Amino acid sequence: MMQTSGRGRVLRKALLDSLSLPAFILLSTMMGFGSLARSTGFAPEMAALATAFIWGLPGQLAMVELTATGQGVIAIVFACSLANARFFPMVVSFIPAMSRERSGFAALVLYAQLLSINSWAMCLKQFPHIDPAYRRLYYVAFALTILGAAVAGTLLGYHVSAVLPRPLVLGLIFLSPLFFALVLSAVSGACERASLLLGCAVVPVAHQFFPAVDLLFTGLVGGSAGFLLGRVPRIGRILS
Amino acid sequence: MTTETLWIIVLGCSAATFAWRLLGVAVVRKINPEGAIFKWITCVSYAMVAGLVFRMLMMPESELASVSLPIRIGAVAIAFAAYFLFSRRLVAGVLAGGLSLSALVHWLS
Repeated sequence: MMQTSGRGRVLRKALLDSLSLPAFILLSTMMGFGSLARSTGFAPEMAALATAFIWGLPGQLAMVELTATGQGVIAIVFACSLANARFFPMVVSFIPAMSRERSGFAALVLYAQLLSINSWAMCLKQFPHIDPAYRRLYYVAFALTILGAAVAGTLLGYHVSAVLPRPLVLGLIFLSPLFFALVLSAVSGACERASLLLGCAVVPVAHQFFPAVDLLFTGLVGGSAGFLLGRVPRIGRILS
Repeated sequence: MTTETLWIIVLGCSAATFAWRLLGVAVVRKINPEGAIFKWITCVSYAMVAGLVFRMLMMPESELASVSLPIRIGAVAIAFAAYFLFSRRLVAGVLAGGLSLSALVHWLS
């Protein structure tokens, strides 16, 4: 397979790949967050900072929604933390897939902080087409570009989204989960595909019985079952 | 709430999310990427992300909750159809799905 190599080419590919669709998706998604943050009483710089530093929409939504209902600070921070717990397994699965070389602690912290579902899914998809020596450069450039678009979208949504017609706003909110669904449908590997399907199957049940920790429960049960099922040769053949 | 409280909430939520990322860094330095534990954690992350996406599309708590389930399912089906019809172009799927949701909401509700 031809792999993109060289600083300039890899940077250009990162920019093209991020600006082609993911940056637009984040811009529109974070417009929704920006308008929600405004109606909850957050200042624009608070909303922008929340996007840049929390950098995980489910946690950001938990933050504004619980603030709107007047919960205490500890409860809000705790709910945001639970909603973003996926970053723990995402960081563990992402970094070795990006590079097997040892990175320093500071670099690892930077990679972990820049990770989002968008960069996680898109970079895992693109890495086979990129020279391993340049994957970290590709990832950082990709992640910073979409982070910039997300902060811009937050501020844009904060100031203008009230004037957009409702069907259009709904369509824009819909783009982000739709995009992830399409990207994930292309994931390969029997264990991975089994885990994706089981995650969808488990989450309605988890949400019904353990709404506060539904995603943690889904990850542990669906992921463990997918891990085991994907290793059964007959099932593995059907899935891959 | 006061401005100070809102700032504390934003910074507290940032720190709380960062804690999970930091935990990931601590584990990734210790783990063998060829081993079964790594594979298992990868599967857990896939299941969590799939569950999150499924929940956002099918059981939304955002404004999307005001869109009826058949419209959401229809828009997802149209998105996948367009995606495969246009030889797996993400842009085609995302545009078709987003536009059809907007159009269905506009005409049907």
